[in-house]
Amino acid sequence: MSLTRHDVEKIAHLARLSITEQEMPVYVSSLSSIVSFVDELSRAETAGVQPMAHPLEGQHQRLRPDVPTESDHHEKYQVIAPAVAAGLYVVPRVIE
Amino acid sequence: MLHNLFIGELAERLTKRQISSVELTRHLLSRIERLNPGLNVFITLTPERALKDAAAADARLAAGETGPLLGIPLIHKDIFCTDGVKTSCGSRMLDNFIAPYDATVVARLKGAGTVMLGKANMDEFAMGSSNETSYYGPVKNPWDTTKVPGGSSGGSAAATAARLAPFATGTDTGGSIRQPAALTGVTGLKPTYGRVSRYGMITFASSLDQAGVFARSASDAAAVLQVMAGFDPRDSTSIDAPVPDYSKALGTPLKGLKIGLLREFFEGLEPRNAALIEDALTVYTGLGAETREVSLPHLPLSVPTYYVVAPAECSSNLSRFDGVRFGHRCKDPKDLMDLYKRSRGEGFGAEVKRRIMTGTYVLSAGYFDAYYLKAQKARRMITDDFRTAFDKVDLVIGPTTPTPAFGLGAKINDPVLMYLNDIYTIGANLAGLPGVSIPCGFVDGLPMGLQLVGPHFAEAKLLNAAHQYQQATDWHRHAPRGYE
Repeated sequence: MSLTRHDVEKIAHLARLSITEQEMPVYVSSLSSIVSFVDELSRAETAGVQPMAHPLEGQHQRLRPDVPTESDHHEKYQVIAPAVAAGLYVVPRVIE
Repeated sequence: MLHNLFIGELAERLTKRQISSVELTRHLLSRIERLNPGLNVFITLTPERALKDAAAADARLAAGETGPLLGIPLIHKDIFCTDGVKTSCGSRMLDNFIAPYDATVVARLKGAGTVMLGKANMDEFAMGSSNETSYYGPVKNPWDTTKVPGGSSGGSAAATAARLAPFATGTDTGGSIRQPAALTGVTGLKPTYGRVSRYGMITFASSLDQAGVFARSASDAAAVLQVMAGFDPRDSTSIDAPVPDYSKALGTPLKGLKIGLLREFFEGLEPRNAALIEDALTVYTGLGAETREVSLPHLPLSVPTYYVVAPAECSSNLSRFDGVRFGHRCKDPKDLMDLYKRSRGEGFGAEVKRRIMTGTYVLSAGYFDAYYLKAQKARRMITDDFRTAFDKVDLVIGPTTPTPAFGLGAKINDPVLMYLNDIYTIGANLAGLPGVSIPCGFVDGLPMGLQLVGPHFAEAKLLNAAHQYQQATDWHRHAPRGYE
């Protein structure tokens, strides 16, 4: 299956990725070849097969006592943030 | 020379105080200074930290403490968070990221008294099979510097092969430990999914990722796994099961061990590569093992299945890199959408963007059933094939890769051609099985790997089978010329 430029633009938007003009034809062609390749799956006979999401089935998500296990690290974690003010992450204005 | 000694030999000399950890560390640091420029193994070198770790280990040794890894230097793949040290994951996105905590793997190995020499180069976000997708440039294969070392843990593999450290950590999502181990002539172990904690290991595909080890022998790998393995409450998929004594299991005779030859792995294999595997089988039968053919009929589906499942998980996992809390942020974003898109567009390289977009596509409305759900069903069929095989045999065996190391630049512009390189390794990840690659000979002067795969939690059996082979052969002792 071949993807169009419009398809790739839509996917890039959903994935929140800017793609430059020069890069675009390369992605259209390489993503088309990847999608054609994984299309081989359509030939597999999978009727009645249960999908498998995890390699160790039968394992349950554990519960733990509802007590705090982490202390407040926000200062340490915000040292590496691109922009911080008053302990908050700063982004361009969202609400006018 | 010190750099040719195995971990067990180094530990003995350290314990007997014949050498100090500082002395060993200085020796390796000077070797790194001389040899790394030709290989590009490191993203970050940490000599000061190494000497501090070594001095601390020497103090523990002086106090009479012993331990299989106490005072032993190592290199961490740059996918493991190291408190206070840059953790880039091979990406421009994290070029400015100083990890604020240690991964469990790092903390456990630190506790055992290891010495961190630095952080190893890798394919960006572990997405690649040649180490050419790294933001920090490709790693060269010490056997031939015009060839790739494999990927994604290419730096860890090349460093171990070049004797820059006795061992290195790695991660394996579709073969990223076993394939580079094969292409650089070292021993590479991928444990069972959930055996080693993923906490602090930067995620690529959550249902496939597993941490493991590169060493120069199965016996060394066993000593390292002993420290890495075990339950971690901070990883929700960590397995709460006892960890056997891997080193103790190494003496078990192979008499009666049933080894399955994977028929599909030999179809179309180049005769010279096939001959090496045949030679290895002769060694095993000589050791008392029985071989019989087994089949994984759905194996041909494994590469397309993987290249749906892994990108799907990656597209979700990598949404955390948004230019807000850490990592790269674009200059002068005009609004939030622009900030997201340009930070991610600039921060990620081409292969990572391809995988994110492939994943986004297969998860999107209208395509989910045809691709993602279909791949999850194929994943079960492949897993069931392995289960059926393990009803008949203890381990399965085959080549790790279809060919020895290929040339730098040979496949980087053809993603599908690159993906097919993972054909023999991906099955174990889809089924969550442990696998090991060990050197089994040379083709055109380049090492080839023999792969052993076992049922869940069969690491002890796998390592023993690899160890017995290494007792009977000396392929694992060969060093690349110039790095002896």
